[in-house]
Amino acid sequence: MKATNAPNLIVSSENLTKKYGDISVVDKLNLSIEEGCFCGILGPNGAGKTTTLRMFVGLCPIDGGSLTLFDKSMPENASVVRESVGIVPQMDNLDPDFTVEENLSVYGRFFGLSSSVLQSRIPELLAFSSLQDKANSKISELSGGMKRRLTLARALINKPKLLILDEPTTGLDPQARQAIWQKLRELKKQGLTLILTTHYMEEAERLCDRVIVMNHGEIKADAPPKKLIRKEIEAHVLEVHAAEDDLLSRIKQDTSVARFEKSGDIHFFYGEKLTQALDMLEQSSHDDYLFRPANLEDVFIKLTGRDLRE
Amino acid sequence: MGNFGEPFLYLLVLGYGLGQFVGQVEGLTYMAFLASGVLCTSAVNSASFEGMYSAYTRMDVQQTWLGMLSTPVSIGEVVFGEILWAATKSLISVTAILIVATGLGLVADLWALLILPVAFLTGLCFASLALLVTSSAKSYDFFLYYTTLFITPMVLLSGVFFPIDTLPMGVQWLAKSLPLYHAISLVRPLMTGGELSYVIPHLSVLMLYGVTAGLWATSRIKKRLIK
Ligand SMILES: Nc1ncnc2c1ncn2[C@@H]1O[C@H](COP(=O)(O)OP(=O)(O)OP(=O)(O)O)[C@@H](O)[C@H]1O
Ligand SMILES: [Mg+2]
Repeated sequence: MKATNAPNLIVSSENLTKKYGDISVVDKLNLSIEEGCFCGILGPNGAGKTTTLRMFVGLCPIDGGSLTLFDKSMPENASVVRESVGIVPQMDNLDPDFTVEENLSVYGRFFGLSSSVLQSRIPELLAFSSLQDKANSKISELSGGMKRRLTLARALINKPKLLILDEPTTGLDPQARQAIWQKLRELKKQGLTLILTTHYMEEAERLCDRVIVMNHGEIKADAPPKKLIRKEIEAHVLEVHAAEDDLLSRIKQDTSVARFEKSGDIHFFYGEKLTQALDMLEQSSHDDYLFRPANLEDVFIKLTGRDLRE
Repeated sequence: MGNFGEPFLYLLVLGYGLGQFVGQVEGLTYMAFLASGVLCTSAVNSASFEGMYSAYTRMDVQQTWLGMLSTPVSIGEVVFGEILWAATKSLISVTAILIVATGLGLVADLWALLILPVAFLTGLCFASLALLVTSSAKSYDFFLYYTTLFITPMVLLSGVFFPIDTLPMGVQWLAKSLPLYHAISLVRPLMTGGELSYVIPHLSVLMLYGVTAGLWATSRIKKRLIK
């Protein structure tokens, strides 16, 4: 029996673990995602995002812990669970032997949809993904953005309750990216639960109700993006580019500088106000600096470090 | 096209050219003897090609199978679907050869229609074997080993071009342990109006190879894709 006011959990994991060799690529993940949530997963390359998503749909064996989707345990129920899930994989795997429309209908067949259902659904999806004019085009004739939109349309063919998007906008131009954002917002409004991974902080900040930051297979933070910025980091950042040591050491004397970091020839000063530091910069001849509110990227870097991965 | 063209070349050139020297084989003109062998070889090649090159493309290069696995479809169904499709390709090329062979007067009677199910089974068997090879392939080059080390010697030794009873006993047993010999043993009498014998054993060998290879291929492909 379920308490009536408890929200429906779409995904729920306990100590979920995946190992390759001795390395825990996903390390004791405890996670629950409620119905209707738009959840973003951020993390550097190799953090374990794709592996986590693959476990969610039974495309990766689980080495430890437990996982349920729609209250069904995985991976035993993978086939049933996938009936209600739409997947946009990190790498496109549209079938180049088929046209745009055929890609949708063949995929629909894999879900056991009848041709009469497909006949009404495919035009809707082509319209939704603005691909009406391309219905009979071969996949090789599509741009990167069109392919991504088609992959999104394909993931919706079974009217999923959960949509999983692994870097849906990587490699797209700003217009194509915003087109996808708009579609995703529409889907969210329709009540879909969405899980998205991305390397674009702005994307997560704009779209997601909740952001999970992963690093080395562990959850480092989990909160709404605004709250994450408030909670995890100082209010403002001062970026000073290629400055003299002398100037830098004077800036550091500002007592409102909570901490600073150096990356190449850029110094990052974090603090609430940083008024003194700004005054000092104004008086000096150095004009290559930027003062701005802290954003999700700053949080991300604080939580996962500045070092390059892989 | 390659699937039809090559068998016809073999049939016409060898059948005509060699036939002049060979005369009769097992009471048949050489071309009539050769036709059933060439037909079975074509079933083997069509299914093998589809189960190796085309399937590998879908498995690895295009990631089509992973796409399918994001739906309720299971690995077993993906693999079985590939096997059915490859066997269908065999059926298509064998049908074409059978029509031409009929035109050339190499087919005895309507019993020859039973060649089609046998060819389909042969296709299923070699498609399963090909998928087993594909399951461990790292690149297309890998298939050359299978073709050179297995398919070609098997074709040469299984009674396609000459009856195997002229071969040393050991080699005969080797041929009989491979599936192609059994396909030919069924197809040749069906095509030339000869007497069928050992039907169940011949069919069993083809099925045994097919089922074993198919199951093994499925489990290997599962390990390869879901990891
Ligand atoms: N099949 C595999 N065999 C061995 N190691 C693997 C395999 N798949 C992934 N890994 C390793 O697991 C780790 C996590 O990979 P994963 O693809 O989940 O990262 P990610 O967070 O999605 O990264 P990216 O942002 O680059 O997509 C990486 O270190 C990767 O090298
Ligand atoms: Mg990834």
